[in-house]
Amino acid sequence: MNALAHDGLAMTGRQLRRVRNNPGLAILTQMMPVNMLLFFGYVFGSALAVPGREYRSFLVPGLLVATAAGGLMTGMFQAAQDTHRGVADRFRTMPVSRAAVPLGQAVADLVVTAAGTVPLLLVGLAVGWRIEGSAAGAAGAVGLLLFFRFGCTCAGILLGLLTRSEEAAGQLGASSFVLPLLSDAYIPTDNLPGWLRALAEWNPISAVTTALRDLFGNAPVPRDAAWPVAHPVAGSLGWCLVLTAVFLPLAVSRYARAE
Amino acid sequence: MTTTYAVLSEGLEKRFGAVHALRGLDLAVAEGTVCGLLGPNGAGKTTAVRLLTTLLRPDGGSARVAGHDLLREAADVRRRIGVTGQYASVDGDLTGRENLRLFARLHRVRGPAARAGELLERFGLGEAADRRASTYSGGMRRRLDLAASLIRRPGVLFLDEPTTGLDPASRARIWQAVRELKSEGTTVLLTTQYLEEADQLADDIALLDRGRVAHTGSPAELKALVGSHVEAVVAEAGALPRAAAVLDRLTGREPVLDHERNAVGAVTTDPTLTLPRLVRELDASGVPLLDAGIRPATLDDVFLRLTGETTDSKEPVA
Repeated sequence: MNALAHDGLAMTGRQLRRVRNNPGLAILTQMMPVNMLLFFGYVFGSALAVPGREYRSFLVPGLLVATAAGGLMTGMFQAAQDTHRGVADRFRTMPVSRAAVPLGQAVADLVVTAAGTVPLLLVGLAVGWRIEGSAAGAAGAVGLLLFFRFGCTCAGILLGLLTRSEEAAGQLGASSFVLPLLSDAYIPTDNLPGWLRALAEWNPISAVTTALRDLFGNAPVPRDAAWPVAHPVAGSLGWCLVLTAVFLPLAVSRYARAE
Repeated sequence: MTTTYAVLSEGLEKRFGAVHALRGLDLAVAEGTVCGLLGPNGAGKTTAVRLLTTLLRPDGGSARVAGHDLLREAADVRRRIGVTGQYASVDGDLTGRENLRLFARLHRVRGPAARAGELLERFGLGEAADRRASTYSGGMRRRLDLAASLIRRPGVLFLDEPTTGLDPASRARIWQAVRELKSEGTTVLLTTQYLEEADQLADDIALLDRGRVAHTGSPAELKALVGSHVEAVVAEAGALPRAAAVLDRLTGREPVLDHERNAVGAVTTDPTLTLPRLVRELDASGVPLLDAGIRPATLDDVFLRLTGETTDSKEPVA
């Protein structure tokens, strides 16, 4: 077996075992978006002009993408923790393929994320969200969501390797929850003032959210929006490719570099 | 027979910004021996280990470790070394067994589960094998660390302060393990601040001072260089200068005062300086002597003598 595949698989197994040995953290992380769906869906939903059920349908794709963007936080925290606690150094002194450590972390994260979307989708179904498009579209939506998560995790791993300290990563990660607030994940962007609207629509979260709404058939594409949102599938694929192409090699080379 | 060196470095340099951590490290560790790298905090011990285990890149110099060039053949070096210490650690979220199985898989060991089980038994971790490593005591964790670095019988084992912060029983277990490894032919490079540890385990000692090897030799050779330690304890602080003057005259070396114990000490290489003579001379000078002694030098004395630094708080006489 190829060295990268062998070591990468071992590293993926390591991360999955960590989740299995410490399920509390994963469960708490997965409960967040479910709570937000209920809170936003019923509290904000009743204050908005759109009917409640319609808002909750609008909200489910937004929460899926906002949660996927949390890969930035998770990736950063795990990488910083490994560095801080010295496990990363042990791997560096071993004959381990250099790309295997960050890659194994990102792949294991995808497995956990995929499993984590299930409770959110089930609660979504219970509060009125439906797949209103084709099965192929829905499958495409899930694929896109995971691709986006992968790109965000790679960016997070790089940041984690740069910050090195668990505390700093935790602080920085906590502040990353504002990213979805500056997008169309929770609210439509058309009523925002011009400059803020442009900012929100060039946020990758917006393109991916709009693509999911389109592929699930939950909401029409706002054709007057900025290009990535007006062409959401192409736009979000572009964002995912850029995130991965930039941050994966940077994370790998940062990991492999001896100071 | 020519000696083969498991670690051979020439002029290794490392700077961290303005800090010149290593200023030309020349180190030679013969195969199958235990070498103690001894020095005060900040002498460069950990930097030396991090360089030799491929964790840091040197700014200058070269080294061969386990038969491979440190820079050009880093991957081969990694295949042949084991590292345990303050830095290279285990995964606290995995159990002891899961940790060792992971490391065994990464080392391409045949039968990783069997190897993990074998090491867990050897280091007395059989019962705790399926608990998360984060629940281990300090001593258990250090033993797991050591087991992790022995997955593939390394050519050179690096131990960076392996017993710092451990209780005496745990320390004895680690020492026992190091002795066993040596008897199996493993070369060990050990850093420590504990003189006794180096004395107990090392065949050779390299004294590190401000980023350079200040002296090398066996513990006995180093102690012989320094000679014996002469000490006099007096009844009142006022008599200390008089006692110091006597010791100065007898040894020809600058005595060290210990005000807390009302003691004065100096080192000597003079074989004619015996205990009766010491007592007579002190008594003749009217020193109210409570206790006196001559004992072989400790590595602490070696330290003071060779690097001008000491590991405790005795102040030299100005």
